[in-house]
Amino acid sequence: MSASLIIFFLLAALAILGAASLIFQRHPIHAALSLIVVMVALAGLYLLMGAEFVAAVQIIVYGGAIMVLFVFVIMLLNAGVEERTNFSKMASIAGWPLALALTGVLAAAMVRAGPTVANPANPGMLSDTATLSTLLFTDFVYPFELTSFLVLVAILGAMVLAQREQK
Amino acid sequence: MVPTIYYVILSAILFGMGAIAFIFKQNIISIFMSIELMLNAVNLAFVAFNQAWGKLDGQVFVLFVIVVAAAEAAVGLGIIILIQRNRQSLNVERVDQLKL
Amino acid sequence: MQPILEQLWIIPLLPLLGSAINGLFGEKWPNKIVNSVALGSTGLSFLFALEAVREFVFVRNQQFFRKEYFDWIIAGNFRAGFDLQMDQLTVVMVLVVTGVGFLIHIYSTGYMAHEGGYYRFFSYLNLFMFFMLILVLAANYVLLFVGWEGVGLSSYLLIGFYFLRKSAADAGKKAFIVNRIGDFGFMLGMFLLFRTFHTLDFKTLFDAAAPMASDAFGHLGTLTAACLLLFMGACGKSAQLPLYVWLPDAMEGPTPVSALIHAATMVTAGVYVVARSHILFTHAPTAMLVVAIVGCATAFFAATIGLAQRDIKKVLAYSTVSQLGYMFLGCGVGAFGAGIFHLMTHAFFKALLFLAAGSVIHAMGGEQDMLKMGGLSRKIKYTYWTMLIATLAIAGIPPLAGFFSKDSILLSAFQSENGGGSTGHILYGVGLFTALLTSFYMFRLIFLTFHGKPRYDEHHVHVHESPWSMLGPLVTLAVLSVIGGWVAAPALWGGEDHFANFLGPVFGGAEAGSAITEAARHQLELTLAIVAVLAALAGLGVAFWLYIRQPGKPAELVKSFKGAYTAVYNKYYVDELYDAVIVQPLMWISTQVLWKAVDVRVIDGAVNGVAESLSNTGDAVRHTQSGNTRSYAVWVVVGALVVIAIIFWPALKPALGMVR
Repeated sequence: MSASLIIFFLLAALAILGAASLIFQRHPIHAALSLIVVMVALAGLYLLMGAEFVAAVQIIVYGGAIMVLFVFVIMLLNAGVEERTNFSKMASIAGWPLALALTGVLAAAMVRAGPTVANPANPGMLSDTATLSTLLFTDFVYPFELTSFLVLVAILGAMVLAQREQK
Repeated sequence: MVPTIYYVILSAILFGMGAIAFIFKQNIISIFMSIELMLNAVNLAFVAFNQAWGKLDGQVFVLFVIVVAAAEAAVGLGIIILIQRNRQSLNVERVDQLKL
Repeated sequence: MQPILEQLWIIPLLPLLGSAINGLFGEKWPNKIVNSVALGSTGLSFLFALEAVREFVFVRNQQFFRKEYFDWIIAGNFRAGFDLQMDQLTVVMVLVVTGVGFLIHIYSTGYMAHEGGYYRFFSYLNLFMFFMLILVLAANYVLLFVGWEGVGLSSYLLIGFYFLRKSAADAGKKAFIVNRIGDFGFMLGMFLLFRTFHTLDFKTLFDAAAPMASDAFGHLGTLTAACLLLFMGACGKSAQLPLYVWLPDAMEGPTPVSALIHAATMVTAGVYVVARSHILFTHAPTAMLVVAIVGCATAFFAATIGLAQRDIKKVLAYSTVSQLGYMFLGCGVGAFGAGIFHLMTHAFFKALLFLAAGSVIHAMGGEQDMLKMGGLSRKIKYTYWTMLIATLAIAGIPPLAGFFSKDSILLSAFQSENGGGSTGHILYGVGLFTALLTSFYMFRLIFLTFHGKPRYDEHHVHVHESPWSMLGPLVTLAVLSVIGGWVAAPALWGGEDHFANFLGPVFGGAEAGSAITEAARHQLELTLAIVAVLAALAGLGVAFWLYIRQPGKPAELVKSFKGAYTAVYNKYYVDELYDAVIVQPLMWISTQVLWKAVDVRVIDGAVNGVAESLSNTGDAVRHTQSGNTRSYAVWVVVGALVVIAIIFWPALKPALGMVR
């Protein structure tokens, strides 16, 4: 039982608990906070795998920007405890079996393909940010420009949507 | 050393839990957050495979996923605000005008 | 130099033109113009036929003539073309058809003068002439069949001429349908012949068949089967048992139609076909015997029905059926020449009888029931005398035409040895008795109609003689009935059998002979002739006694033999039998099975069922679009699950085996 394995299980348990909390919390703000816990756990896992840049980006962008945005909106809209109406028959009947099936299928597929999933040659080796950025700006420059354009569009869209109606 | 498959199974579990939340939550914001959870699970799988293969393509893709998630969150939350204004409720089951 | 003979197609084409012109344009024309078109086309056809015959006899010396005008069907090795031929048999037929046809056209101008649809009548009549001429001039079975079907069609049109009367329309349908049953046999016969000989051309087929061995008696060989099938068609067209039922009903048509089609020409088409195929028949003794027996039985059967009928035209209709039986009897015992001879003389006197009957009906203002006539002999003299001449002819009183032809047939029947020694004698006996019956009922007709006291109301019915347009043909046909038989008077009476000699090249050697000397033959002929005349006179005598001397006797006899009389009067209930056994079950099947079960339940059910199932499916699927976003979310997950499963299928397959 190596140290990394113990850390992995700890962080994994944290993530799963956070996700479970997301499912069972009735107030959206509690759900948001649970999600932040999940993200932090995931960032830890990234670090464990040696992807420090991604871990940093996860915390800064996901946790620091997106989740804060969520919390702001919850506050703005004064969202209260979730109201349960349960109109949908389909969700009541098929919901649980379906989700479990989905999980099962994915897991089974992965397990069966187990032997082909190689174990890393250098586990925990820190990846090079310089190499990453080189890759980003040479091989992946086209998707990079597109996503920046996408962000621009999103900003404009958000502004248009949030405007009050012109009288 | 943690076998890659463990990460992948964790990713699958998180994805499944995100799906459960997606089906069973009735607050729009909660549903949105479950979508974010699913995206995160996928990111985890990407990074795990990235480590297995040794190349850095996986991490690049993760960056893109995060950027897109951000953009999507921005616009999505804008829409949610509008829904709150129109229907005065954040229950997704009250938004049902598109039926036959 | 044979210009007309080379262009034989003119003869049938002229009536076709007349039919087309009258049919398309005649509606608004006055009667005179319609007359000229119709009479002109038929008359010209008759003249051309005469000229063609003259060329055939004198220029070609009666050498067989055949010409192909255009190719109609060419399929592989098979060819059926528009080929016309002329031989001695055709000469007889074409002259009878055009000559008698022309006379009847003249008669119709008078008879139909006041009827509506005048142009339509002549159009149909000319159309009939066209098809009949095609039938007799054809050089192969296929073209003959075209004419065969065409005359059936014309018959249907003309029987149902007064189509607004339900009985007439029904009679037309009945004629066509019963004919069709015979046609089925005819077509099967044609198919069999084609399969055996690979051609349907007369000359080629008969030349190929002549050297073949005859089928043994009682053995159903190919030739026997083909002949029997062709005879089935002939039964339909020529109204023999069991397909005769349409002919009495066909009297619903105007009288000239009955005269032309159902006495002189169309019904003789069956006899013509048998005579034309004589080579095939002589190779199939079984078929010949069947023909002879059916003909004889029909002759007798129809004569018995004719005894009790009250409608003047019905008596003549059954008489026609009976005389056609004689013609088939003649052909069946091998005397094809005698059969054709009787066909010719019968055309003369039967057409005359019908036309005269029409004259009587016209005089009586439409009355057809003989029991309501009487005492007309002084009032319509010309009609009376011509009809009397025709009756003498049909009864077989010498020296009129019917005597020679009937006698010839009976002689051949007596001498026939086909089917065993005494078969011929039985056929002769029945034929002789039928001759007695024929004489009886024909004279009964004369006496009831023309003699005795008038049984009608003289104040309401004004009996008047017919115009000369009607009387002219009557007189002409009467003359022919008298002298028509003299062309075939046998040597016995001092004449030479010119007719048989003329047809010799066609039927050569087909006469059934027997081993008796010339003198013995003459003795036999004389004896049989005297017996026949005695039978005819006996019939006349009985009719005279019953209807002139003791007018009350018939009523008494009816009471005494009530059962037999009712049976005969009601035509032995044959129509009712056919209706119950054939027609009603067919109607039942059509209604209950084919309509209600198959059409409604199966076919409509399938079509409606498809539509309904689609509708139901749509109804079920409709619920997926509920507007509820959470349900949509579930569907999204389902879709994702399916896609993931498909992508990971190779990895998942063994896993499923574990689960099971």
